[in-house]
Amino acid sequence: MTGEQRILIVDDERAIRRLLGLAMERAGYRVVEAENAREALSSLQIDKPVAVLLDLGLPDRDGLELVPLMKAGGAAVLVISAREATDQKVIALDLGADDYVTKPFDTEEVLARIRTALRHRLATDAPVVTAGNVTIDLLARRITRSGEEIHLAPKEYGFLAELARHAGRVVTHAQLLRAVWGPAHERDVEYLRVAARGVRRKLEPDLSTPSLIRNEPGIGYRLVV
Amino acid sequence: MNRRAPSEIPRPSPEALLREAAQEGRGRLKLFLGAAPGVGKTFEMLSDGANRRRGGLDVVVGVVETHGRVETEALVEGFEIVPRREIEYQGRTLAEMDIDAILARRPALVLVDELAHTNAPGSRHPKRYQDVEEILAAGIDVYSAVNIQHLESLNDVVASFTKVRVRETVPDRVLENAEIEVVDIPPDELIERLKEGKVYIPHEATRALGHFFSKSNLSALRELALRRAAQAVDAQMLDYLRAHALAGTWAGGERIVVAVSELASAEGLVRAAKRIADAQRAPWTAVHIERPRSARFGEDEQRRLAATMRLASQLGAQVASVPATNVVEGIKRFTEEARATQLVVAKSARSRWFELRHGSVVDRLVRETPGVTVHVLPFDEPQGTAPPPSKKIDRSADAWGRPSGYGLSAALVALVTAAGATIYALGSITNIGLLFLIPVMAAATRYGLRTGLFTSLLSSLAYNFFFIPPLYTFTIQDPQNILTVLVLLGVAFVTSQLAARIRAQADLAQRSAGQNAVLAGFARSLTTTTDRNELGTILCGEVCRLLEVDTVLLLPSKKGLELVSAVPPENRLETIEQAAAHWAFEHRQPAGRGSETLTASDWLFHPLAAGENVLGVFGLARAQGGDPIRSDQLPLLLSLLDQAALALERIGLAAEMSTITQLKERDRLRAALLSSVGHDLRTPLTTILGSISELKQSEVADPDLIASIHAEAERLNRFIANLLDMARIEAGALRLSLEPVDLTDAVATAAHDLKRQLGGHAIKLDVSPELPLVRVDPQLFHHCLINLLENSAKYADAGTPIEVTARRMRDGISLSVIDQGPGLPPGDETRVFETFTRMEGSDRKGGTGLGLAIVKGFAEAMGLGVAALNRDDPRGACFMIRFPETLLVKTGATA
Repeated sequence: MTGEQRILIVDDERAIRRLLGLAMERAGYRVVEAENAREALSSLQIDKPVAVLLDLGLPDRDGLELVPLMKAGGAAVLVISAREATDQKVIALDLGADDYVTKPFDTEEVLARIRTALRHRLATDAPVVTAGNVTIDLLARRITRSGEEIHLAPKEYGFLAELARHAGRVVTHAQLLRAVWGPAHERDVEYLRVAARGVRRKLEPDLSTPSLIRNEPGIGYRLVV
Repeated sequence: MNRRAPSEIPRPSPEALLREAAQEGRGRLKLFLGAAPGVGKTFEMLSDGANRRRGGLDVVVGVVETHGRVETEALVEGFEIVPRREIEYQGRTLAEMDIDAILARRPALVLVDELAHTNAPGSRHPKRYQDVEEILAAGIDVYSAVNIQHLESLNDVVASFTKVRVRETVPDRVLENAEIEVVDIPPDELIERLKEGKVYIPHEATRALGHFFSKSNLSALRELALRRAAQAVDAQMLDYLRAHALAGTWAGGERIVVAVSELASAEGLVRAAKRIADAQRAPWTAVHIERPRSARFGEDEQRRLAATMRLASQLGAQVASVPATNVVEGIKRFTEEARATQLVVAKSARSRWFELRHGSVVDRLVRETPGVTVHVLPFDEPQGTAPPPSKKIDRSADAWGRPSGYGLSAALVALVTAAGATIYALGSITNIGLLFLIPVMAAATRYGLRTGLFTSLLSSLAYNFFFIPPLYTFTIQDPQNILTVLVLLGVAFVTSQLAARIRAQADLAQRSAGQNAVLAGFARSLTTTTDRNELGTILCGEVCRLLEVDTVLLLPSKKGLELVSAVPPENRLETIEQAAAHWAFEHRQPAGRGSETLTASDWLFHPLAAGENVLGVFGLARAQGGDPIRSDQLPLLLSLLDQAALALERIGLAAEMSTITQLKERDRLRAALLSSVGHDLRTPLTTILGSISELKQSEVADPDLIASIHAEAERLNRFIANLLDMARIEAGALRLSLEPVDLTDAVATAAHDLKRQLGGHAIKLDVSPELPLVRVDPQLFHHCLINLLENSAKYADAGTPIEVTARRMRDGISLSVIDQGPGLPPGDETRVFETFTRMEGSDRKGGTGLGLAIVKGFAEAMGLGVAALNRDDPRGACFMIRFPETLLVKTGATA
């Protein structure tokens, strides 16, 4: 039951906290609010939230510093940041944040992200991931589309599998490259582009409206589930 | 002539006001002026200083020589003394006044003895009065002492009756800006003090000074001192009168020109001219007439001339150098051009005989310059300082002509003789002699006087030998034939003189034309320059080429003077040279080697000044050492620098203009932005607020209202995002993080993000998956695409698709976004990318007017090109982004 699940909302704007609080309560979560890093950290100790909605622009501390602390406290972290702050998002994700939302946001989208993050938190090693009509069997290393098996090149499979392990959440370029090509290729984004192109050509019905793998410009990829 | 009309109302003269303004903020100088050593200047100065100190003023002693006199030493004791700086020079330690310590100490008043003192080599300034000027410029008052014989303009006068010439002189201008107190004791008393041993005289000068201290000399010196002091007071009074336009009488419109030569006596002439100019308060110019002979000056003559010109410029004259074939012509032309009213020349030292032959220069000047008062001053070569004879330059080659000339002339004579013999053989013709005019004239014209005379002599001999009876002897019987010989000689003489003069004139014209051509060429190359660095390259290169010196140009920047250009380019300046450059920049005067200041610097620096502003400093040096510039090159250099300064000023003004244009453009944008914000922010806000209050009133939430709130809020969001993007572009704050991007992927992502705004327009993607990746900033490119798609969706006819195609071109990739609709207003294809273009059109489609400007700004920041054009079938607009070949990512390896 979600009734016991507490969500910590960290933002220095009262109106935003209120809006997010209403949405969360509507979805059945208990809401704890903090307007700065100090309050957030003490609430992390006391309230033990399952997820944190963290605005990176805090008055007393850089929000990025809180990301690993929150993760260490056992909470899923959803970062809220401005549109231009691509670098910040990538850093937050690489520091362990589960996902990000861009201001101004849609509360439905925030809820969806929270759900994905929490689901993932409960069952980290789901062996089979389904996205639309595509099924990815991580144990058997098998991909099927509408029941028909599809053959991918090894790196294409690695790329898709890494996305499937974080299904619904964004995976940064660096994370993908590290996992599939090794730490030496952390910056070779063109490998990803080529792999994504290959996977899409084999799995997407219409290339102009990709529904399986979504590109987050400058950040990473997301498997849509 | 600029004579003042009597009815004209006196106006403050700008120069006088400037001079007075320059005095404000400067320290004041009080000079204790004495007629001779021993009158008690130092004592008087110290007593006066002590009075001021007791009055509470911060007084220090910069340098005072007590010469062991008890009274003076007692007086010094009460003062704070700034320790002197010790300078090692040729194994001796010399203690000089420490100007930096004084400037750092910043007292209100500093006492500096012996104004005319010459500093030890290696000091900042060669002369102490220059130290004092710098202290004054720093706003510190100075008391100083000097004897009348040290005054520059009186140097000659004093030397003429005392027979002692002092080498340490102080320019008159120092006196003119100072308050003067004459320290005066009667000559008898001074002689008494001398006898009592109370007057300090350097040991080695004792004998020489015995004569100096005669009563008649002392009386004369005393009179000079008093008169000069009175004159200085007069000058200050005049300055005051001029500055405040009080009606007074002073000569107006006088312009004085002094003609100087390379002789040592010219310095005396310059000083005299300075006195005349001072007395009349008139501007004056020293001019040197460059004759053909000047080109052959020895090094000593060059140096003397340079010294004279420098003295003149130090005494406040303008200096000029004018090429002309003879002095009278040159002076005449220059006085006309300069509209001089008075001319100062030295009485010719030439012999009576010379003057009979050539006419007196002075007579001709007086005759040929009507309306000009000519001052003729006697100037003997000063005794003991007569110029050492300049090194004999090998002129013989020139005067004697070439050996080949003699050979050819002799051959010609032989030829004529042969021709004559032939004619003679045909019949007795008496005027064969005339034939010999041909070789004589030819030789004289081509090879000069001596070859001419040689030829005429040879011709006479040949004529005599072959044609005059008795034949084949050198005896002449008929006196008529003697005449023929004389005529031949005369012709050779006259012709060669004429030819030589024409040749000299041509040479000069060529030189002066050459110089003019250089200047014109330089000016032309400068007019096209729009950049300070380019100007530096041209200036340094040109001066290096013309004068064969190393050059540097320093221009002021935020970090101080900065080396902009140098030839050879590896030239760098040492600390002392940088100091000289700074000094030249700040004091608007030359500094460094060959100037009066910081002579230890190997470089000579000239300020580049246009009007009131110093725009930079130009430095020159000779790689092999030696003075960087000869006197005859100085006018050319100064002209070049003048032109460079003008060009620099022009460049500065142009930069200012472009700043103003940018500011205007920014103002236009700001105005457009304000009106846009007024409209584009307020309209959606009005809808949102109105809808919300409507929602509050009603029982059931009307989905239409909510939808419109949503749409308007989205619109607001887009607008603010665009404003931020535009601000980032305008501020130049785009940080690019380039990475390979797949065009299909990028367009699809943009279309997905924009789904709601596309309003039912389908995206037809025609991008081959085989196209190479492009290296762009994914975020910026994403926003470019979003804005292009949004723009197309806005103007496309309802229900039509938007096509996005990418094509491989020969030199890159071209990505087009094509809509079906009315297209662009014809002729506006490029204007659509301008900021707020839409604002000026009548049609408002709810856009921000920023979208396409952002596309252009982002695209150009990434190195992409943009274009817009109309398409006919089906009608619509096409926007293109071009990726140059360099941005394509060639990847062979797939995963």
